[in-house]
Amino acid sequence: MIIQVEKPVLEVHDLTVSYHQKPVLWGVDFSLPGGVMAGIMGPNGSGKSTLLKSIMGLLSLSGGRISVFSKNLDEVRKKVSYVPQKESVDWDFPATVKDVVMMGRYGHLGLLRRPGKIDQEIVEEALEQVNMQDLRNRQLGQLSGGQQQRVFLARALAQQADLYLMDEPFVGVDAATEQILVELLNGLKQKGKTLIVVHHNLQTAPDYFDWLVLLNQRLVASAPFEQAFTAALLQETYGGRLNMLSTLAQHMKKEQFAAREHR
Amino acid sequence: MNIAEIIGTNNFMVLFGSVLLTASTAVIGSFSYVRRQALIGDAIAHALLPGICLAFMWTGSKSPWVLVPGAILTGWLSVLCQETIVKYSKIKEDAALGIVLSVFFAFGIVLLTYIQQHGYASQSGLDKFLFGNAASLLLPDLLSFGLLALAVLLLVLAFYKEFLTYSFDPNFAETVGMSSTWLRLLLNGLTVVAVVIGIQAVGVVLMAAVLITPAAAARSWTHRLPTMILLAAAFSGSSAIAGVSISMLASGLPTGPLIVVVLSLIAVVSFLFAPQKGLISRNRRQQFHQRKINRENLLKLLYHHRSLGLKAIYERRPMEEQSIKKGLAELQQAQWVRQENKAYQLTEPGEKAARRIIKLHRLWEYYLSHKVHIAPDHVHEDAEMMEHILTPEMEALLEKELGFPEKDPHQSEIPYH
Amino acid sequence: MLNSDAIWIIFTGFLVASSCGLLGSFLVLRRMAMVGDAISHAVLPGIVIGYLVTGSREPWVMVPAAGLLGILTSSIIEVLHQKAGVQSDASIGVTFTFLFAIGVILISMFAGQVDLDQECVLYGEIAYLPLNPLVLANGWSLGPKMVWILMPLLLLISLGIYLFYTPLSLTAFDPAFALSIGIKVGFWHQVLMGAVSFTTVASFDSVGAILVVAFLVVIPSTAWLLSQRLPLMLGLCLLLAFIISVTGYLAASWLNVSISGAMACSSGVLFVLAFLFSPLEGRVWLAFKKKSQQIGSI
Repeated sequence: MIIQVEKPVLEVHDLTVSYHQKPVLWGVDFSLPGGVMAGIMGPNGSGKSTLLKSIMGLLSLSGGRISVFSKNLDEVRKKVSYVPQKESVDWDFPATVKDVVMMGRYGHLGLLRRPGKIDQEIVEEALEQVNMQDLRNRQLGQLSGGQQQRVFLARALAQQADLYLMDEPFVGVDAATEQILVELLNGLKQKGKTLIVVHHNLQTAPDYFDWLVLLNQRLVASAPFEQAFTAALLQETYGGRLNMLSTLAQHMKKEQFAAREHR
Repeated sequence: MNIAEIIGTNNFMVLFGSVLLTASTAVIGSFSYVRRQALIGDAIAHALLPGICLAFMWTGSKSPWVLVPGAILTGWLSVLCQETIVKYSKIKEDAALGIVLSVFFAFGIVLLTYIQQHGYASQSGLDKFLFGNAASLLLPDLLSFGLLALAVLLLVLAFYKEFLTYSFDPNFAETVGMSSTWLRLLLNGLTVVAVVIGIQAVGVVLMAAVLITPAAAARSWTHRLPTMILLAAAFSGSSAIAGVSISMLASGLPTGPLIVVVLSLIAVVSFLFAPQKGLISRNRRQQFHQRKINRENLLKLLYHHRSLGLKAIYERRPMEEQSIKKGLAELQQAQWVRQENKAYQLTEPGEKAARRIIKLHRLWEYYLSHKVHIAPDHVHEDAEMMEHILTPEMEALLEKELGFPEKDPHQSEIPYH
Repeated sequence: MLNSDAIWIIFTGFLVASSCGLLGSFLVLRRMAMVGDAISHAVLPGIVIGYLVTGSREPWVMVPAAGLLGILTSSIIEVLHQKAGVQSDASIGVTFTFLFAIGVILISMFAGQVDLDQECVLYGEIAYLPLNPLVLANGWSLGPKMVWILMPLLLLISLGIYLFYTPLSLTAFDPAFALSIGIKVGFWHQVLMGAVSFTTVASFDSVGAILVVAFLVVIPSTAWLLSQRLPLMLGLCLLLAFIISVTGYLAASWLNVSISGAMACSSGVLFVLAFLFSPLEGRVWLAFKKKSQQIGSI
């Protein structure tokens, strides 16, 4: 069940990604319409984070290509915001909540320019939206898991992007905070922004998403939520790996095969 | 006449001593490596200095029986400090090591200069302990450090299975009833002793090499800890022999650095040439595959066109002419291709081989579109590569799983014979 | 009691401590503290070769020669870790010991020509610094030569951190995010390594490798325990550098011991104090707060 769309915000063509010659994503090919909140779901190790990182150009691709807003990512970076997994950074870093949110403005400022009054206002606004304005001078290490996630979201808001890629934004977050975050994301969707969210809770998924990408080493489905969220497709996604793909990947790593011919 | 008589008793002793010292250090180093604490030895080595100075100031003796316990005490204390800093503050392992290393050593230097300035008799050469030189090891030193080394080896032998379990997964060790606190203390203690031993051979700065380089080199050859330990010890021992011999022949060159250079060269060779993990071996394997891919692509080309001249092949394969020529030559040698009137054709076995590749290509396309659900117009590129990679075992598996389909997604026949 | 030599020594100590502290902050935050240790040892062959080639022990020869070797060191560490799959800590250990061993062998091969030994690299003695002054043609002494290298270096480092605060801090905190907004993470890594190499070399010619490590790691760690924001942490490094060089010198001259050693010890004492009593998270302070809360709740 792979539904391609007209005028996509994101196009992924025949994407193959390997870690140390071992393919982790295989021939992924889909497109996403604008103005949706899309969930990327699949079991552990199915390549969800890898897909996000490939879209952001953080990994080198073995094959395929990606375009965002019909352009190369480098031309539209300012319109794209990436929220890494919370665990990927050291929260003991000497910075306050506001410092981190201000980082969202750095992409717009360039190397040498200092944040100006407008940037300050944008940051304040982002802090208010995630309800963290009272904690703006709090040190990162003193935040709870949910607050850390809100800081990351505020930083993304301060980027004022049109496409948001979020890696597990609801992990380590209490139910109340998750509700706040979801409402915020819905607000962004209402404004016509596109959100792509790596998620792993099948229970809450129907309440959040209007598009679903199912992944397990390969693309199982990419379609409007109701069409993709079927017992058969979920069984195919979560019912274990394709033995053949795993064996082949293992063999390629051991024998140092490249997934595509060198040209 | 035995070896000792040929090279002289003294030299033999030095040789034997250095092998024992470095090899026993390498055994412990293997555990440090698998515990991902490669640099702890560097910190410990530096932390011995204050212990030595304090022991001397207290007793006024320079005998190893006095200095070694002092050194072990501060060495062990430094590990404790490092663990405490990491556990109770936001400072991470690397910085904690750096803090312990530099502050302990600086304190040692302060004590050393204090001793020098305050008229302790016979204080000279106290820091000789730190700039160890295997060539100047005397019998009493060798005896004491040799005994220590033997004790370390015996302990490792006795607690091998506990150390292995603990190094791999401390939490698991706890669940099967091993006390991880005691194992940690014991293993840390042994590391300190190993550093004290190794430092005799190479000195404080190079200590990290004797502990960790053999383990890192051995790791490229094997996946198993016992083999790794034996290899590490062997690497160390032979480096010691080489280092000591070179130093004896080219007199004046210091033994310790020579041992470390030989050891490092062994490591470099391992990193490059080890059969599985070595860089060059990996590169050569890639080249080997590339040649196979090249040959198989030529086979396919000739299969489709029956007979082709060299020019026609150049036009149809986007590759360097040199590698095409080489591929054709290899195919001729295998008698899969023959040359008639300047045109290349497949032989009977060549055709069979070509059919197998085409079968694999089409089977894989079938697999991708039926099992992986990739659209039929997107499967060709992947199959272009995988046709060369699939092994006979996977081929059999694939045929069985797919049930010998007759046609690929583009309705081309899949040739089984 | 503070004669002009003493002032120069304290001033040099401060220059080294602040340069190392500022750069070390980024090393420590990136969990690369031991790379600093490795570089400070691995530059030895660079110094020896520089000396053999030019026949000069002037800082203008030593600093670039050893600086190049520092960059080489960090590159080898990278290659061993990334390409050969050696654990990151182990690749540090293997690399610096190899280079240091080569340096020591070179020294003994050319023992007649080189006035260097491994002890002097390890210990280094800041006390001899005023013995090598920069003297103008008209006979005016401008103080130790090293000061005239270290001062511009500190200015350069401060200016660099001020101008490139954004990429330096962002690549330390969240490299994935930094990449996503188009910052060249690899490039800034190399810049930092290069800066650390030059600073290390320029510093340890006057104070010895161990003091350099102490300054690179202990000062930033202490500052980190005491501050919640990076700019404050960097500022604290400067303050700590000042306290350490003054107290270190005074303690050393009182006890008549190594000045470098005393300065490093002084940094250690400050670290322990911060570890125990930092108002943010010092162990004693936390225990005290807990206790008073318990009392309060009764």
